[in-house]
Amino acid sequence: MTLSSCIGAVEISVFELRSILANRIGISDAVNFKPQQAAVLLNIRFPRVVLGVLIGAGLGISGAAIQGLFRNPLAEPGLIGISSGATLFAVLMIVMEVSLFKMLTGAIGFYALSLAAFTGACITTIIVYKLSMRNGKTEISTLLLSGIAINALAGAFTGLLTYMATDEQLRTITFWSLGSLGGASWETVTGILPFIIIPVVGLPFLAKPLNAMALGDSQALHMGIDILLVKRVVIVLATIAVGSSVAVTGMIGFIGLIIPHLIRMTFTSDHRLVIPASAILGAALLTLADLLARTIVAPAELPIGILTAMVGTPVFIYIIISERNKNKL
Amino acid sequence: MIEVKNLTYRIGKKDLLKDLSFESTPGELLAILGANGAGKSTLLKLLSKEISPTSGSIKFYGKSLHLYKLPELAKQRAVLSQQNTISISFLVSELVMMGRYPHFDQHPTPADIEIVRSVMVETGIEDLSQRDYNTLSGGEQQRVQLARVLAQIYDCKNACLFLDEPTNGLDLLYQQQIMELARRLANRGYCVICILHDINFASRFADRILMLKNGEKVAVGPPNEVINKENIYTTFRINITLMPCEGYNCPLVVPAAIQI
Repeated sequence: MTLSSCIGAVEISVFELRSILANRIGISDAVNFKPQQAAVLLNIRFPRVVLGVLIGAGLGISGAAIQGLFRNPLAEPGLIGISSGATLFAVLMIVMEVSLFKMLTGAIGFYALSLAAFTGACITTIIVYKLSMRNGKTEISTLLLSGIAINALAGAFTGLLTYMATDEQLRTITFWSLGSLGGASWETVTGILPFIIIPVVGLPFLAKPLNAMALGDSQALHMGIDILLVKRVVIVLATIAVGSSVAVTGMIGFIGLIIPHLIRMTFTSDHRLVIPASAILGAALLTLADLLARTIVAPAELPIGILTAMVGTPVFIYIIISERNKNKL
Repeated sequence: MIEVKNLTYRIGKKDLLKDLSFESTPGELLAILGANGAGKSTLLKLLSKEISPTSGSIKFYGKSLHLYKLPELAKQRAVLSQQNTISISFLVSELVMMGRYPHFDQHPTPADIEIVRSVMVETGIEDLSQRDYNTLSGGEQQRVQLARVLAQIYDCKNACLFLDEPTNGLDLLYQQQIMELARRLANRGYCVICILHDINFASRFADRILMLKNGEKVAVGPPNEVINKENIYTTFRINITLMPCEGYNCPLVVPAAIQI
């Protein structure tokens, strides 16, 4: 995080960082920095780092929870259509700006977009879940196929909406769907904060039921777990995190897939570890990815979605291959 | 102690179970025999509160089953299902610990850890504890699942254990081991109810046998009373020869050739 705060188009040394902070809190009166550096740090870089931490934690933890819910290590918000469902609803919001959006924005302000994305994410999760569940087990082929179908459908409607959009709306959509933390401000951070905090605090409590559900629905039931309730809560919490992340930063893929998998590979599949650890590792990795994204082609900036996909896809393929080899045994 | 009275379960117009009454006492191994589709698994689902009966009652130690809350029930009855595939890899020790889930909140107590160790010794899987469940053979997986189920009720005196075809797909040695374990558990005072396909296994290990045909009771009683040509023909539509065998208290069942 310190690293992320310091490196960027405007150089700030660790010493200067400390100095700015000390000055702000009121510990020291010494001004060992340029005003420009302070402005960049406080208004651009800090919110961006914090946003990265929040989004990374949200994506990581919801990825872990969704994989637990679907009992499948390949389930990922982007892959099975949840993110595109969220995208569709968010774009719908932007295009319908005139009537509904204005009203909603008036009522709940910045949360409107998050709420719309959450609704979309929720609907697609339920559809995919219903489609792919059979005899209490997800069939991976059905799961991925329904993901493809939903992605295609949501993509088509998003395209249609883009086509209908006015020039100004188009700019908003394009800017937003690139998948970047570039729009970070303290406003976005506070806007997304509750939607990340609730799942990050809530989901670890479901780790035990999720472990039991990995054995099967009836097995979990025999252990005294209210599976219907657990499923509902997981869907709501995970989609809150995914939906609000998508609303703020566009689609950032593969974080939710790789992070839990890394933890499972290195430590254990026990959700009591996987879920909280996914939040932490997700936060760390996304901040790092964002640091790379904005320095690698400085002073320009690479959309972070491109970067995570570039790193994520090979890992994804690796997972498929190792799963295949394991099943051969 | 389980008392089942006039139990009926209906889907649409079809009675999957019809007017079934029986009871099972602590320390007894009750085997359920019946052809495919006779309602054995439905009965087990009703007993484990997975589904609710259309009419009739199930009493569990004197208290009606529908009055039990799921977490409460989980502490005194465990179920070994038929389908036990998992796609997320867990270590054997983690899986067996899941059996203790109804008993602790976030972290297992030393007592839970001790119980997990004991059941692993009892089921002979202590050497597998650090293995990935998905790399085990079918017989080993079944014993791990049995250990998990056993851990769930290990420290409960009045516990019930339901086993749905526990010997399915296992070789002769594992079948024998699992049934001997079930027998030991019954001797310890548990109520064990076990769906079986092998009549000889049932008559050898069970105290009483319940035979089902199209959701109705054909017979219930000790093996040497209910295992006879008539009952088996009614239940399975197959003629048999009974052969006395040394060391068994009930004759062996050998199916006759089917006349086509």
